[in-house]
Amino acid sequence: MNVLKTYKIYIGGQFPRTESGRTYVVKDANGNPIANVCQSSKKDIRNAVQAARKAVGTWSERSAFNRGQILYRMAEMLAGRKTQFIEELTQQGQSIESATNEIEICIDRIVYYAGWCDKYQQILSSVNPVNSSHFNFSMAEPTGVVGIVADQDTSLLGLVSQLMPVIAGGNTVVLIASEVLPLCSISFAEVLETSDLPAGVVNILTGSAEEMLPTLAEHMDVNAIFLSNAVTEMVKSTQLSAVDNLKRVLVMDSDWSHESAQGIRYISSFQEIKTTWHPIEQIGGVTSSY
Amino acid sequence: MTAQKNQFSEVPFSTTIDKVGVEERISRFQTRSIKGPSKIQGLFMVLSMIDLTTLEGKDTPNKVRQMCYKAQHLHDVYDGLPTVAAVCVYPSMVNVAREVLKDSPIKIASVSTAFPSGQAPFEVKKIDTQFAIDAGADEIDMVISRGKFLAGEHEFVFDEIAAIKEICGSKRLKVILETGELATLDQVRRASDIAIHAGADFIKTSTGKIQPAATMQVTFTMLMAIRDHFDRTGKMVGMKPAGGISTSKLALHNLVMVNEILGEAWLTNEWFRFGASSLANDVLMQYMKQVTGKYQSADYFTID
Repeated sequence: MNVLKTYKIYIGGQFPRTESGRTYVVKDANGNPIANVCQSSKKDIRNAVQAARKAVGTWSERSAFNRGQILYRMAEMLAGRKTQFIEELTQQGQSIESATNEIEICIDRIVYYAGWCDKYQQILSSVNPVNSSHFNFSMAEPTGVVGIVADQDTSLLGLVSQLMPVIAGGNTVVLIASEVLPLCSISFAEVLETSDLPAGVVNILTGSAEEMLPTLAEHMDVNAIFLSNAVTEMVKSTQLSAVDNLKRVLVMDSDWSHESAQGIRYISSFQEIKTTWHPIEQIGGVTSSY
Repeated sequence: MTAQKNQFSEVPFSTTIDKVGVEERISRFQTRSIKGPSKIQGLFMVLSMIDLTTLEGKDTPNKVRQMCYKAQHLHDVYDGLPTVAAVCVYPSMVNVAREVLKDSPIKIASVSTAFPSGQAPFEVKKIDTQFAIDAGADEIDMVISRGKFLAGEHEFVFDEIAAIKEICGSKRLKVILETGELATLDQVRRASDIAIHAGADFIKTSTGKIQPAATMQVTFTMLMAIRDHFDRTGKMVGMKPAGGISTSKLALHNLVMVNEILGEAWLTNEWFRFGASSLANDVLMQYMKQVTGKYQSADYFTID
């Protein structure tokens, strides 16, 4: 018997239907319908942000090593379900070679950022010379809740490439998937759900970015927005909406299949540098006498 | 006023409560959709009915001062917001609250009678109450002796409430039933009837220390007791759900319920209160969402 999959959205570790009750039809390259997908609304954004905010504490306080293990587990889970993802990509119009290649890059990229989890802190942090009796040091802390509009031209590659550095850095995420190629995003949510990722760290919505992005960009409880290959108007309106609570807006026009589209800069873009002045009693003049 | 005192023997016995029916009725209050201007009006009403509460072992004078300031300045970014109805503190903090609030219309409510357990000698409870009144409390929130009540000594509970009411004089007395410990809705109804007849000006669900606290089921049951009393005697009694009401939505559902069971006369902070610590901020965030059209963040609202 052929069981058709119901693609639902992913909020707070659950797979609810959209609050709005709307769906849209995803078609293959020949225009034949392949799935009904949730057309999420403003209220789903609200619920997702709420879940993401709740998860900030637990996720950012996990040890760097533990975060790395969980990311690595995602790579394992994705590798185990390779065929399903390749099938979804081909359904959405890719050749088998290109689909296989894309999934392999995705797995590599997750492993790449899993490795970064317990290493970026050392590189971004510093001990600073100051002209007073203070021990002065700077360290990176996650920005908080990050809104991501996934690359609209790829089903999984852009999503993974944008998502991984953000969560590797201890942030939580509300992600709007590619509108025309949404299938892999929800299957990837199942990968996340089986990887010991705490509920709410990643929330994935399908539907129109044009409709949902303004709500996300205006939301006072969202601390940053990450766009990929976005049109100028979308970038401009996002930057305008982001002003009220000084959100970071990062726009990357990247070819995500290329190795240059990964690196610590994707992590550091969603970190805040905290500098601490710690008083010390002795400075200069007094040396140890042993 | 030397009105004839109520007797325990006059407390009416109510019919047993149909829990399934109560739940059915409540589910209907929760389907009301309140939007736009009505929502704003509702949110204002909720704010004006809040007893801003801090009842922690770790309360310090400065924490109480801070909360009293918050009671007067809920969110100064926006003009024209109402203040809360009262602050609710321990007896030892009443003088601190009075220092800050002075002649402000915001009332000071003090818990008493060995809150939250009520497990203290009767004499101690009386001293506790007198102490709070002498320190400047406008309202007293007493707890009933749940141990005695569950042991069947209903008359003891009645007498205790009556005695505390006598000490309160003209100060309004709220009687906390601690419904989370009373197990059944029938017991909640019985305790409500006893409290009302013993002289309670308000009946209140919970201390906030026990779960479940102010569920809509128990609030519904207590509102029915108030209505029956009003139908019989024409006297109004106030209601205060406390504990667990932390979202605007739930607060608005409660108002809908009060309106439908008791009517508009109760929709003022003279007859209805919310005992809450985090509700105020949620209402403020909802209100600012209505005004600005943007979802809000807790980062921009004072904690206390």
